[in-house]
Amino acid sequence: MRWVERFRMALMMLFHRPAATARLNDELEFHLEQQIAENIAHGLSPDEARSAALRAFGNPTLLRDQTISSWNLNWLETLVRNVRYGARTLTRSPGFALIAILVIALGIGATTSLFTIVNAVLFNPLPFRDPGKLVMLYEHFRASNGGNGFNVVSPADFRDWRAKTHGFQDMAAWRYYGFDLTGEHAELPEVVEAAGGSWNLFSVLGTQPAFGRTFSPEEDTPGGRHVVLLSWSLFQRRFGGNASVVGTQIRLDSTPYVIIGVLPRSFTYPDSQIELWVPYASTFTAEAFDAHDNHQSHVVARLRPGVSAAAATSEVSALQYQIHLANATKPVAEDARYRPMLEDVVQDVKTPLIVLLSAVGCMLLIACLNVSNLLVARSAARRKEVAVRGALGGGRLTLICEQLTESLLICFVGGMIGVFLSLLATRWLAGQWHDLPRAEAIHVDALVLVFAFGLVLLTALLAGLIPAISSTGTGVFAALQESSRSVGGSTSRAILRKGLLTVEIALTVILLVSAGLLFKSFLHLRTANLGCAMDHVLTMKYGLPEKQYDTRDKVIAFHESVLERIRRLPGVQAAGLVSTPPGGGWQGDEVFTIPERPTTSFQLQYDALNRTADPGYFAALQIPLLRGRVFTDQERLTRDHYVVISKKFADQFFAGDNPIGRHISVAWTGQVEPYEIIGVVGDTLWSVTDPVKATMYFPILSGLPEQTGDATIVAHTAGDPLALSIPIQQQISALDPSLPVYDILTIEQILGQATASQSFSATLVLAFAALSLLLAAIGLYGVLSYLVTQRIREIGIRIALGAQRGQVLQLVLLDGLRPVFIGLLIGLAGGAAGGALIRSILYGTSPLDPIVFVAMVGCLLLTAVASCIVPAVRASRIEPMSALRNE
Amino acid sequence: MGKPSDLVQGILDLLILKTVSLEPKHGWAIAKRIQQISKEVLQVQQGSLYPALHRLKQQGWIRARWTETGRQTRFYSLTAAGRAQLGKERGSWSRLSTAINLVVEGA
Repeated sequence: MRWVERFRMALMMLFHRPAATARLNDELEFHLEQQIAENIAHGLSPDEARSAALRAFGNPTLLRDQTISSWNLNWLETLVRNVRYGARTLTRSPGFALIAILVIALGIGATTSLFTIVNAVLFNPLPFRDPGKLVMLYEHFRASNGGNGFNVVSPADFRDWRAKTHGFQDMAAWRYYGFDLTGEHAELPEVVEAAGGSWNLFSVLGTQPAFGRTFSPEEDTPGGRHVVLLSWSLFQRRFGGNASVVGTQIRLDSTPYVIIGVLPRSFTYPDSQIELWVPYASTFTAEAFDAHDNHQSHVVARLRPGVSAAAATSEVSALQYQIHLANATKPVAEDARYRPMLEDVVQDVKTPLIVLLSAVGCMLLIACLNVSNLLVARSAARRKEVAVRGALGGGRLTLICEQLTESLLICFVGGMIGVFLSLLATRWLAGQWHDLPRAEAIHVDALVLVFAFGLVLLTALLAGLIPAISSTGTGVFAALQESSRSVGGSTSRAILRKGLLTVEIALTVILLVSAGLLFKSFLHLRTANLGCAMDHVLTMKYGLPEKQYDTRDKVIAFHESVLERIRRLPGVQAAGLVSTPPGGGWQGDEVFTIPERPTTSFQLQYDALNRTADPGYFAALQIPLLRGRVFTDQERLTRDHYVVISKKFADQFFAGDNPIGRHISVAWTGQVEPYEIIGVVGDTLWSVTDPVKATMYFPILSGLPEQTGDATIVAHTAGDPLALSIPIQQQISALDPSLPVYDILTIEQILGQATASQSFSATLVLAFAALSLLLAAIGLYGVLSYLVTQRIREIGIRIALGAQRGQVLQLVLLDGLRPVFIGLLIGLAGGAAGGALIRSILYGTSPLDPIVFVAMVGCLLLTAVASCIVPAVRASRIEPMSALRNE
Repeated sequence: MGKPSDLVQGILDLLILKTVSLEPKHGWAIAKRIQQISKEVLQVQQGSLYPALHRLKQQGWIRARWTETGRQTRFYSLTAAGRAQLGKERGSWSRLSTAINLVVEGA
């Protein structure tokens, strides 16, 4: 009851304040009258009585204020008053308010968006049971010099690890795979990305199927029943979310598979491209399943309670060494290594994301400093007012609070707009990022909102505290004494502003340098020469199912008729077939030996990418023939023991010698056989972001179903290559209507896809840097204009005494550029440090790239001079008479 | 003003509650009454009295009524919650004063 009463009272006090104040006045008046009456009764005259009463009563206004301050929710009134006061000050200069709010909105919006992404991708736990206990296991080759030391695992190694070590609670394996998917009657053909998962994978992860069941141990054996699990997206897209598909059949590479279950929507591991899962063992031939030197699998392990990942892995590692010793002639790794699963998933995007978040944080800081700088200027103008209020007894805290309210208002309004913008932009931003892992997990949660709110408070404090404290400083007396005619102006304020400016410039330089480096690196990638024709080339993939195309003749017949039909199409200048076009990724490599130069152990075996190509491929893509010849049409079927090598291959393994006519021994078809080197062709890049790798080409016309069934058509066209994509597809479906075609891309597009992420981060950082530069320019202009206004009299006197206008110009310009130079020096050091931090995401660009540094310094100096010149010229044009008469 | 009249806030609350417990009084009468009863020792300053009255009202321990007898002013009286509070504060005051007496007189 009492609480209700108190609340009612509080509300009344809040909403009926004027009436309550009037009553209080009445009450106090009555008290005074009583006192006067008493004094008169004691024999004083009415006048004496009144003054005596007033003396006893004290200051009625103060008494009223004291009483009112005991009322409830008084703080609210103070707040409302401060806000009203702040809002009034802000609306008096709407231009300033608008710019400040916009700047803060942009800064907070961008920072919130990136934090949302970083939080969801890098820090939120994976959507599995007890995800902190999951690690990924890899093999590690001691001699490996390339890569990151985490090598994918062979199926036999995985099976031995699982069977013979006990440090982990359980281990599961998966590998990428791909299928031609058709309906039960070969309808609606499409190519799907798939994965093979061991039967216990889903239980190790702690994932329950949405419908049906997961694999049984019997299904996960070579020759087991053909079963398939659908991903949620395929289930929705192709089967309309109808749960009755469980138990029905689909065809994968022409083989019927029974759908046994559907994975939940939340399951998008390892990425959202995987559309279906088949048992791990079914993706291998029986030999490959038992091979220790056949690396492609990813191993997930769950930690046993109380056993550390390091201890459990060392047991696996010891076993792996035994396996290595037992297979000394083959490429079998010596050790095993682990890393936490979350780290494994996000490793490629961690650095770029952190770089972007830092860049955006930098920009927010610059925005903050700018608002702070503008506020310092305004508070300087109000210095006298503040000093007077301080002299009249205004508490310093009250005054600071009042000024802070102003920056709080700016940041609060800006923050609201910013968070709103970020809600709109985050999804779009995440969508721009090619292959961002866990993109589906990105959402705004409580943590993000708390972060945004904290950011608003922090920016408000940062932007408001420096001006507030500096303007309410102890120098009240000095401020009052400082006559408006004084010449020196408030130098301390100028120093503060210049200090803020220096920091701002330094941060801008760091951002500019990082952006420049990223952009140069991106340009380097974009203009990278893949080593083949880049314009007017269309690529298109198909894979011949081994079930129908089970002999060499059938495979060759298909490939050759496709080529023949395409070459006859108008607009096609040349066409060829290759397993993987340049820029199309690693795909596959093989170890080999050179019989003319025997080696002893596998570590000295050589390794090169393997590709299959038809005789016309090299000419079609304009890959130059450097030596010897390419394949002929006669080198086909079993007369296929010929190989064409790349320049890098020749340089690396036949340094100086003529490789033509030499042999390499390689297990391309399963067993080791010698192949004669017939030609050397120019290098092509397998990935634009990686160095050239030695490559060997085998004849696609050997027609071996397993080795040559997957092919990419490359067509060199006269006009727009994409215009030919439909005619070429029609030719293929005329030959085999159930054969799906996929990855229809020009070489340009392949390059674009590979560099999409770099393009994204470079563009974003560049945008942040440009914005920061603009902010710095505004700040510089503001400070210098203010300084000139402050020094009008001084400059007037100088000119009156005979100073040349040129000298004045120089004076002001140098004054403005001094913080720029100091900031530039600090920024260059910071930029060099920043460059070193982002070294890992720079391609073909040194972190200390002189062109970038010079360009960015020039850019900053130009901007600085441009923003200084206007106030400087204005200063030099001051008319001494009007300047001195001023005020 | 002399030291004896500087009343600790809690004690002033107790005095006011006790004073208005007998009959409703206005502010001036409360101050006068305390002064009389204490034989002019306790002088309640207006600067303390009115903030205290308003604070007690916000707490819900006293209520204010407007009277129309001649000059309009506010009369304060005790609420039920205030009566309970008075009992509590009297108890703690007598414990405190006894304790202080024991220390000051005893040694």
